[in-house]
Amino acid sequence: MRKKTATPLVNEQERSQMIQDLKVQELEWYKQKRKFKKYRRVRLSRSWVGDIFVVLVLVLFGSFSAYPLVYTISNSLKGLDEIFVFPPRLFPRNVTFRNFVDLFNLIGNTQIPISRYFINTLTITLFGTAGHVLLSSLCAYPLSKHRFPGRHLINQLVVYSLMFSAAVTAIPSYMIISWLGLIDTQLAIIIPAFGFTLGLFLMRQFMNVIPNELLEAAKIDGASEYQIFFRIVMPLVKPAWLTLIILLFQQLWGTDGGSYIFTENLKPLSYALSQIVAGGVARTGTAAAVTVIMLIVPISVFIFNQTKMLETMAHSGLK
Amino acid sequence: MNKTIITHEQKRINRQKKRQEFWKQVKKSRVSYSMVAPFLIIFFTFTVLPVLMSFFLSFTSFDMLQAPKFIGLDNYINLFLNDEVFLIAIKNTFILAVVTGPVSYILAFVFAWLIHELPRKIRWLMTLVFYAPSISGSAYLLWQLIFSSDMYGVLNATLIHLGVINAPILWLETPRYALPILIIVQLWLSLGVTFLAFIAGLQTVDRTLYEAAAIDGLRNRWQELWFITLPQMKSQLMFGAVMQITSALGIAAVSINLLGFPSVEYSGHTIVTHLMDFGSTNSTRLEMGYASAIATVLFFIMLGSNLIVQKIIRRVGS
Repeated sequence: MRKKTATPLVNEQERSQMIQDLKVQELEWYKQKRKFKKYRRVRLSRSWVGDIFVVLVLVLFGSFSAYPLVYTISNSLKGLDEIFVFPPRLFPRNVTFRNFVDLFNLIGNTQIPISRYFINTLTITLFGTAGHVLLSSLCAYPLSKHRFPGRHLINQLVVYSLMFSAAVTAIPSYMIISWLGLIDTQLAIIIPAFGFTLGLFLMRQFMNVIPNELLEAAKIDGASEYQIFFRIVMPLVKPAWLTLIILLFQQLWGTDGGSYIFTENLKPLSYALSQIVAGGVARTGTAAAVTVIMLIVPISVFIFNQTKMLETMAHSGLK
Repeated sequence: MNKTIITHEQKRINRQKKRQEFWKQVKKSRVSYSMVAPFLIIFFTFTVLPVLMSFFLSFTSFDMLQAPKFIGLDNYINLFLNDEVFLIAIKNTFILAVVTGPVSYILAFVFAWLIHELPRKIRWLMTLVFYAPSISGSAYLLWQLIFSSDMYGVLNATLIHLGVINAPILWLETPRYALPILIIVQLWLSLGVTFLAFIAGLQTVDRTLYEAAAIDGLRNRWQELWFITLPQMKSQLMFGAVMQITSALGIAAVSINLLGFPSVEYSGHTIVTHLMDFGSTNSTRLEMGYASAIATVLFFIMLGSNLIVQKIIRRVGS
């Protein structure tokens, strides 16, 4: 007869020892990461001429890069008369919020309340991003840490899929989406977003760095693969999810529904705002206000997560 | 005679064993498959399957209403022999890709390299400045205002003010300026993920290597760059190349929004805009078979140039 109460594989003392080890390893890993953050460069020969040159190059290209955005922001704060001043000024003389007020008035007059469009965009962005982060990390974990038949092939396919853009697959994708009956629903945008391969790729590269001992220790402790994934792996790859969130958020936030959504009250914010911009020259100021509003969200998401994103990118290499 | 029979028999048994081993492994990795499955199902439906479908459709005549009809290589023959606009599109795409691809790649690296030595706060700011354009969505429409053809356009106004020209130039409507304008805007937009990967890659280069190399007699920063930094971040360099090539060959939205669709004398026409002309669901042509042939050609161009460039980058620092 079998004993009903099986003796545990490891006794209490050994178990606590293992947990201790695990913590030490984790700490070690974090220390390494911290070192990478703090690190400053050894300076080889340099001259002040070179330094001045570097500063000049950065200022020049930096202003080229920043100019259009700064100009948009300043335009959104100008009155219509000042936008069309000759020669154009970079900074407004009379700062006014009239463009934003106009925008809200215009929005108030549309058939469908603007909050509807906003909620649509929010739904698409939140569900698309959350689903993508979950599914791609769930997929990245075995691809990075397990050995199973087919793993190589999948990794290869993922890398190849980075090598062509979505335009190549646009027509068949439309057909597939319509076969699935997703046309004219928000799912037509949300579900394909789950399968964004750049995200999977970055996540996998980041997971490669997690020490295997950490996972093995947990396995000996009797954790199932799913437990390991949710309790150990996911908390460790937080910088990677933030990166995926930024990448996907920025993509989905700007979507205008394309040819997939026809019904007016399912359309996203970007579509509604583009209709306002289409109003012509008289709406130049309002258009600038629209751009600023669409811009603020992805840029602030990036601002708050820059460090984390760089940490993920450090492991982005292709071999 | 007997020998050969035995070896055949053995081979058969070996093969069987291997197959059993394989299935055993597959069964053992059930959990792994269950984790991979949800993503892969979506990946296959929306990426792998479309590539295959577009390949098969490219040999058919298909308008989305009737069933596809097999017509062999006709689409490809028409594309390369009878479609002059396609040849313009190919030419434009190559010019754009050959200029913006390498230039944006090199700029991304140079900026990352220069920024990397700056104090932390300035580095943070400069990263934001260079990365912001690529996450700013439709903000590139502002270039419309800069290149606007009346005298209120920023560029025209500035040039008139400085006395360089005395009548406004029709920047966006003159075929001669189309490609340079696309190149400028695309460069502005395209540092993106590559730039971030490079900054991060530079931060991971092992610092002790620099010290060791300084002792070993590296003289200047160029040597340091070529012999230590670049080989150390080879994998980021490859990743960046893939991203840059793919985006440089896929230029379309910028052209459509700035130069119009179709642009004057097809001056800003690219392979992707040509594809949209025939195959987009908004287009009136709905020649999906033909569009699929364009897509297939584009697919092979993208894949081919990526693989070639990867081969080149593998040699860096050797």
